[in-house]
Amino acid sequence: MSSLKLKKVLVLGSGGLKIGQAGEFDYSGSQAIKALKQEGLQTVLVNPNIATVQTDADMADRVYFQPLRADVVSKVIAREKPDAIALSFGGQTALNLGLELAESGVLSKYRIKVLGTPIKSIKVTEDRDLFKTELAKVAVKTPISQAAYNISQALRAAAKLGYPVMLRAGYSLGGLGSGKISSPDVLKQKVREALKAVPQVLIEEYLDGWKEIEYEVVRDGAGNCITVCNMENFDPMGIHTGESIVVAPSQTLTNSEYHSLRGVSLKTIEQLGIIGECNIQFALNPKNGDYRVIEVNARLSRSSALASKATGYPLAFVAMKLALGYRLDELTNSVTGSTPAFYEPALDYLAVKIPRWDLSKLKSSDRDIGSEMKSVGEVMALGRSFPEALQKAVRMLNIGADGLSSHKFNFQNPKAEISKPTDSRLFAIYECLKAGLTAEQVSTKANIDKWFVTQMARIAVHEQKLKGSKLNQALLRQAKQLGFSDKTIAAFQKSDEESIRSLRKKWGILPVVKQIDTLAGEFDAQTNYLYMTYHGSEHDIEPMASKAVITLGSGPYSIGSSVEFDWCAVNTVKTLQTYNLPTIIINSNPETVSTDYDNSDRLYFEQLTLERVRDIADFENHSGIIISVGGQIANNLALPLHQAGYKILGTSPQSVDRAENRQKFSQMLGRLRLDQPEWTEVSSLSKAKTFSKRVGYPILVRPSYVLSGGAMNVVRTERELKGYLHRAAQLSPDHPVVISKFIENAKEFEIDGVAANGQILIYAISEHIENAGVHSGDATVAYPAQKLYLETIRRARQITQKIAAELKITGPFNIQFVAKDNAIKVIECNVRASRSFPFVSKVANHNLIQIATEAMLGVEKPQAYQTMDLDYVGVKSPQFSYNRLKGADPVAGVEMASTGEVACLGDDLLEAFWASWLAADQTVQGKSLFLSITDAFKSKLLDEIKQLYSQGWHFYTTAGTHAFLTREGIKSKLLYKIAENKEPGLASAINQKKFQLAINIPTGQKDQSDGYMIRRLCVDNHLALVTNPQIAKYLMMALVNIKNREAEPKSWQEFVARKEQPLNGQTTKLL
Amino acid sequence: MAQTKLILADGKSFAGVEASKIKKGRPGEVVFNTGMTGYVESLTDPSYAGQILVFTYPLIGNYGAQSQKNWESQKIHVTGVVVSELSPDWSHADSQQSLISWLNEQNVPIISGVDTRALTKHLRTRGVMNGVIGGKLNDLRGYFYRTPKVLPTEPKIYNPKQKKTVVLVDCGAKENILRSLVNLGLTVKRVPSGYDFTNEDYDGVVISNGPGDPTDYPEAINIIKKLLKQSKPVFGICLGIQLMSLAVGAKTYKLKFGHRGHNQPVKNFDTDKCYITSQNHGYAVDAKSLPAGWRVTYKNLNDDSVEGIVHKFKPFFAVQFHPEATPGPTDSAWLFNKFRELL
Repeated sequence: MSSLKLKKVLVLGSGGLKIGQAGEFDYSGSQAIKALKQEGLQTVLVNPNIATVQTDADMADRVYFQPLRADVVSKVIAREKPDAIALSFGGQTALNLGLELAESGVLSKYRIKVLGTPIKSIKVTEDRDLFKTELAKVAVKTPISQAAYNISQALRAAAKLGYPVMLRAGYSLGGLGSGKISSPDVLKQKVREALKAVPQVLIEEYLDGWKEIEYEVVRDGAGNCITVCNMENFDPMGIHTGESIVVAPSQTLTNSEYHSLRGVSLKTIEQLGIIGECNIQFALNPKNGDYRVIEVNARLSRSSALASKATGYPLAFVAMKLALGYRLDELTNSVTGSTPAFYEPALDYLAVKIPRWDLSKLKSSDRDIGSEMKSVGEVMALGRSFPEALQKAVRMLNIGADGLSSHKFNFQNPKAEISKPTDSRLFAIYECLKAGLTAEQVSTKANIDKWFVTQMARIAVHEQKLKGSKLNQALLRQAKQLGFSDKTIAAFQKSDEESIRSLRKKWGILPVVKQIDTLAGEFDAQTNYLYMTYHGSEHDIEPMASKAVITLGSGPYSIGSSVEFDWCAVNTVKTLQTYNLPTIIINSNPETVSTDYDNSDRLYFEQLTLERVRDIADFENHSGIIISVGGQIANNLALPLHQAGYKILGTSPQSVDRAENRQKFSQMLGRLRLDQPEWTEVSSLSKAKTFSKRVGYPILVRPSYVLSGGAMNVVRTERELKGYLHRAAQLSPDHPVVISKFIENAKEFEIDGVAANGQILIYAISEHIENAGVHSGDATVAYPAQKLYLETIRRARQITQKIAAELKITGPFNIQFVAKDNAIKVIECNVRASRSFPFVSKVANHNLIQIATEAMLGVEKPQAYQTMDLDYVGVKSPQFSYNRLKGADPVAGVEMASTGEVACLGDDLLEAFWASWLAADQTVQGKSLFLSITDAFKSKLLDEIKQLYSQGWHFYTTAGTHAFLTREGIKSKLLYKIAENKEPGLASAINQKKFQLAINIPTGQKDQSDGYMIRRLCVDNHLALVTNPQIAKYLMMALVNIKNREAEPKSWQEFVARKEQPLNGQTTKLL
Repeated sequence: MAQTKLILADGKSFAGVEASKIKKGRPGEVVFNTGMTGYVESLTDPSYAGQILVFTYPLIGNYGAQSQKNWESQKIHVTGVVVSELSPDWSHADSQQSLISWLNEQNVPIISGVDTRALTKHLRTRGVMNGVIGGKLNDLRGYFYRTPKVLPTEPKIYNPKQKKTVVLVDCGAKENILRSLVNLGLTVKRVPSGYDFTNEDYDGVVISNGPGDPTDYPEAINIIKKLLKQSKPVFGICLGIQLMSLAVGAKTYKLKFGHRGHNQPVKNFDTDKCYITSQNHGYAVDAKSLPAGWRVTYKNLNDDSVEGIVHKFKPFFAVQFHPEATPGPTDSAWLFNKFRELL
């Protein structure tokens, strides 16, 4: 029983998705809130990540779309007066914030109990010195190391250990600032960098070639302790676990290794006094079984989300219950419904996780991987053999690889690639094996256990067989068991996917459906958590008793496809359930809420490929498939599924194609006489040159069927044209490349909406703060639009009506416009839910996904929606992760680079903008800022600069800006460019933190010059950086008008209550 | 590779691949174990004698076959092995050969490529039953699983001349019970289960695990009856708890499909503390049949079966699970210390 007498609990979320902290915390936060609600407790949630399920109306009682900052949360505490606070469900952000609130005395002032692991224990896990001392008390080994607070201490420690050493930064998430260091010079530089963000670094023995193993440990207040699962990294120590391929359970550990580490886990967690869930990481010496405890995360983590999905054990839910005082043996295993939560899952399958990188989208960021996280998402594949799960996972990544054998990487020297890990090392290993390197050789070079390599070699051997012999039953069955797709087999056999599928069916080579029941079949479990395998002779289950709707999820998080699509999928299913329709979800991303098996009637943790969706649809009893809420991966399956005879709910797949195919879409606009930027389909370079000359540069190059502007580029000179055209053609080879006139200095706005049979049911207009040219996913967006002319709105609405009618849209859509000089042009249309659906849904307080799902079901609900005249404003800001990506130029452009987003509500545009800007992990302290503004925008920003000046701000400037401000009578301190190497120079000013905010407005030209150096230095030094003129203007306005205003944070519920007041304004019903 | 089958006594068969040199196995009782590691320890556990062992974890053989220091007895005791995937390659510093070559060396048949989950569900639903690898249903006719004798032939002393001496009643003891006692600085006199040691000199007694039905050990039960009239510390493990219970007049019964795995949750009702335990048994003690003077201390949290008993006054206690682990979790290894303290 819960021993605590509580009424109200404050839960801290994790904010925008960034590298090292992604959607897994929507999973953990949602589970925590569900657990609290089950106890009848009131819940208050602070999280500016508006695209999460945890911030939905049916979750927490009060949601604050506000920055996760101590000042803001203190105010929330003052007005909400919670009895307790939960810190372990919002990643490192929530944990750090909790520590800050405890230190500042806010928690004791309001007598707030910290649920779960006590603050004292958290501090021990976060401070490496304390941590090692504590573990030494119970004879648990940690790496030999020394803490250093300055560079000379670090150098001394390293000299004593001998190079290479491991550098680690305390209080870090995703290993930021950590790495293998081979020389004193590099050490100096890295320590200097790290000490800017953290007070202390650790110089540690480098455990070369040791295996990396993790355990997920759960402990209740009474000291009962279990390990839910262990996980083995395919990659050795030295590669961050978030960057490693990971298998669960461990594959190469003997019983004595497995259980000695398990025993140490229990002992460690007992000593630390953890209550709830934690993750413990080990290095294991494969030669003699020696070990080191590397770290303990006293909170839910990415690994715990993975462990939860890999085993079916609801870690976050149980952790919250334990934090409330329950014992493990009092809680029930929700999978069996009859056995207790005190047990350890036994798996009868294995899970393989592969990280998803997007390094190619982030220009000039290097491709090496190591002890810092760079990946933006991950996939998990379940199978009953390693090759089966591995090849599944490769397909799930959605990086154009249909398995190990068919990838798009070009290796100059694959051998070199395997000893120096990169984002494509897995494929390099495969190429080496095919080229005849032995498993032994690869294993030695890559420091990867030979077992994993031999498993990959099995795949390579079979590839040769498939290429060299006529297909027979045994060969085909074995190919499927080794994870080859029909498409790949077809390519080897010079056949086609459909023929291989037919052959498979004829020969009865079909995957079977297996359940994940947490106990390897020992007891009967009513589980709906499923996967498919070719290693089986029987299905575990029968098809659904009545016809279900299949919803396709979004696959891995990547740049452009983030938690918002998971929100869409979850809300689709929620809506289907209100109509008592059985639901099936297919998804491959373990960091999601949609893959919680309590969200649908059946969850297939499976690949979102044509082959597998068909396998599931063929097995199940279903009435149709929803493809329009899972982002681009799902959307791309519309036409192929339709052509294969499957029923797609909503807008017809031909219409989807007409919107996605740039050429067809542009022709349609022409026929409807709707204005669009001049365009042409490109078949040759010379044709592209002629067109570009005629309409004038800049021009925009874009492929079809690509999300988030992959290979989309603004080309300013003929010289650049060739390269970009080539890249675009490569990315989407089956579809034409279109180039169009790029309109500069135009306003960009979007309509998100829902239609039924071509009639619009609801629409929401939002506008970009930045001028056109910034990808909509990287733009700062205000909703409802605040600065559009009524005429613009009316005309955009008419255009939208025409397009919706022409495409006979039924379901969600999004149209993007540019407006300039009284002309409105359509630039893009997606006949699917867009990234901004959760944002506009929550600000308007009308769930567009619910309405879209009803439309797809044919439910008619004549209703008018108020979506324009709101008494408050929402602003969505991009969340960038540039500090993770060494070398990437942090300037937003037409190709998306942000990894997540946040949104805040405010009484007016400026208030919402300011909160939203802060919520994206940016801050301004003091009253000094750096200005370096290209000529075109100097005078446009002058007013705001003057106002700041009059309020006592100090400016640092580069030469041009300095001269301009001097002419205007504004004093500023001139800093020499980095290249000039003169003092007072920019580099030292940044290093000394003379200012907290840098406004650097570059010219449109791509440059690797001084501007790039400035931007990079700012990011590496954790300074706020603004590169867009419109954002600079708003930010300076906010600094003048808002910064020192004592604004009271208000909850979402308070804002929307205002809206419920009767208003006689216009409605958006467009019937 | 050639196709073969596991035939079950109820007529159901499971197709697989003939993985070993032995084409046709001997009949045995088919049981499943849900542990995810420790196949070498399980295969050498004498309690599996006469049984065909199904590993529910689908990937077996990954780390090869370790040397004898990891074995739980001198040889492989199972009659046959059933797996989904037998790893064709292996990798580990402790191993010298592959699992398949070890099995071949010991003449133990293995069938791979079996849908072990389907098989497990079948056994769970129907209960454990006899089966044969590569044979015919006819081979099972007239076959009854009988408790095999895996006892040592004569007493043997380990770690001599220590302060305290304990007797290990060996009904098929796992080596790690012996190792655990020796590691505590005890002299161990290991005796066959039918050997009457009660008039000899010793400070305490451990009654080991072993295969089969406890009622098939009448000699041992008689000796234990005498033992429990004395007041020297007695510690029963697995079959040990069953033999002690039978010796004091309690009853045992056969479980439908047994407890075999490394994740069995038990709770000590004296301390309210819970442990994850390693288990391998097909029979259990009937709680209601325990005579006065005894009480149940541990229960299984999954099915409420008896996991531990203690005498109310005398230093006798026994557990159904395996504190010596190997394979499995070491949470309850402290029970050996507890026993040591009683001496």
